[in-house]
Amino acid sequence: MKSILTDRQLAITIERLSHQLVENHLDFRDTVLIGLQPRGIYLSDRIHRHLQALVPSANIPYGKLDITFYRDDFKSGKTLHVPNETDIEFSIDDKKVILVDDVLYTGRTIRSAMDAMLDFGRPAKVELCVLIDRRFSRELPIQPDYTGRTIDAIITERVKVLWNERDGKDEVVLTA
Amino acid sequence: MHLRMSLSVKHLLGIRDLTRQDIELVFQTADQFKEVLQRPIKKVPTLRDTTIVNVFFENSTRTRLSFELAEKRLGADVMNFSASGSSVSKGETLIDTVNNILSMKVDMVVMRHSATGAPHFLAKHINVPIVNAGDGINEHPTQALLDAFSIREKLGSVEGKKIAICGDIMHSRVALSNIYCLKKLGAEVTVVGPPTLIPKHIGNALGVNVSYDIRETLQWADVANVLRIQLERQNMPLFSTLREYSLAYGVNRKLLDSLGKEIVIMHPGPINRGVELSSDVADSGQSIILDQVENGVATRMAVLYLLARKEN
Repeated sequence: MKSILTDRQLAITIERLSHQLVENHLDFRDTVLIGLQPRGIYLSDRIHRHLQALVPSANIPYGKLDITFYRDDFKSGKTLHVPNETDIEFSIDDKKVILVDDVLYTGRTIRSAMDAMLDFGRPAKVELCVLIDRRFSRELPIQPDYTGRTIDAIITERVKVLWNERDGKDEVVLTA
Repeated sequence: MHLRMSLSVKHLLGIRDLTRQDIELVFQTADQFKEVLQRPIKKVPTLRDTTIVNVFFENSTRTRLSFELAEKRLGADVMNFSASGSSVSKGETLIDTVNNILSMKVDMVVMRHSATGAPHFLAKHINVPIVNAGDGINEHPTQALLDAFSIREKLGSVEGKKIAICGDIMHSRVALSNIYCLKKLGAEVTVVGPPTLIPKHIGNALGVNVSYDIRETLQWADVANVLRIQLERQNMPLFSTLREYSLAYGVNRKLLDSLGKEIVIMHPGPINRGVELSSDVADSGQSIILDQVENGVATRMAVLYLLARKEN
């Protein structure tokens, strides 16, 4: 097991991502933040908190999106996924949507997320913010707009993002 | 938490075969489908490559519409088959009828039949998942799941709750499935009705309390699930007249007001208004009858979703 980001590095990375978002969205008018279930929401929770602190005047709509019913491997996948909560209490019509997930790997989750999101309206623009980008692993033409850390990992390795709220500590590790 | 689990059964033939974990999994999945049904676009593409046939050998309005809507909300292709007007009247057997349908590359069968055990028989001979939508006087599993889901939604949980099942227990598949389901979830169940409509040894056999006094039972209960008096059995000498039944066992406003507490009223439908349930109760704030209908779609979506990957 190899550590990719320590708790300190993880905190700095999330802060940097938040600043990059502020740089591009300024007052966040017409911008909404959506975290992807199940593990992307730990990142989006923190980013949302940072953004509210950095731009106190902005009241950024924040939702959670589950993609279970939109997966492309329902019949072929090894396991049946139990759905998580979707909670989007606002319209995304003509909004700039920032999708947030922890690890970008094949791109299939993000493809599903875009399908799921379009059932809630037609956004003006969609951006993708990820903590870890597993380069050279993509199976679909999907790339992040904001990246915490880019890594090269072979197919047998797994990237695991540990969150204090869930796993008792903050760390990103690579396991064989 | 993102659990990876599945049902312990390949078919939903009855609640009797399910574990408590199975039932909780259905509820957890149905919670998310209920959210889907509140969206502007009330449809997901999950079962877009699945074809489901609804085979109904017995009349049904609610259950059939509910299944059909659940299937369509999941993006499945749907075929409907009714025995009346079909080749069944020409003497075709059940197994031939279903095998012919399966030859059309159908992935799942939802079946209602007047014969107890019909879906169990079918499950031995065909290799696609079967959902029992009611078989004779045996079970109606999805009705029990949606009933328990509605209780959980209204009262927070089923565990420890006191549930009265009122009326014709003898002929009711809803009652049997409900008893299995509620007991597995840790509820306390009392069946109440005329002695002629309650099977003799049900108390010991299924672990329920038996009562013949509706007022006393409702005084004890948190929830009353009032069953339909089956008018088609009126000619059987099990109770004298509908009027007398209504006077002795009907749930009405006067009876509920006399309890000094508010209980939840349920009914699987269709209601015989003024017989087992009066209109001023059925349409009151105490009644969750229409919530049951709404929850039926979400619960059936969950069952279909969880069974769709099962292969024998």
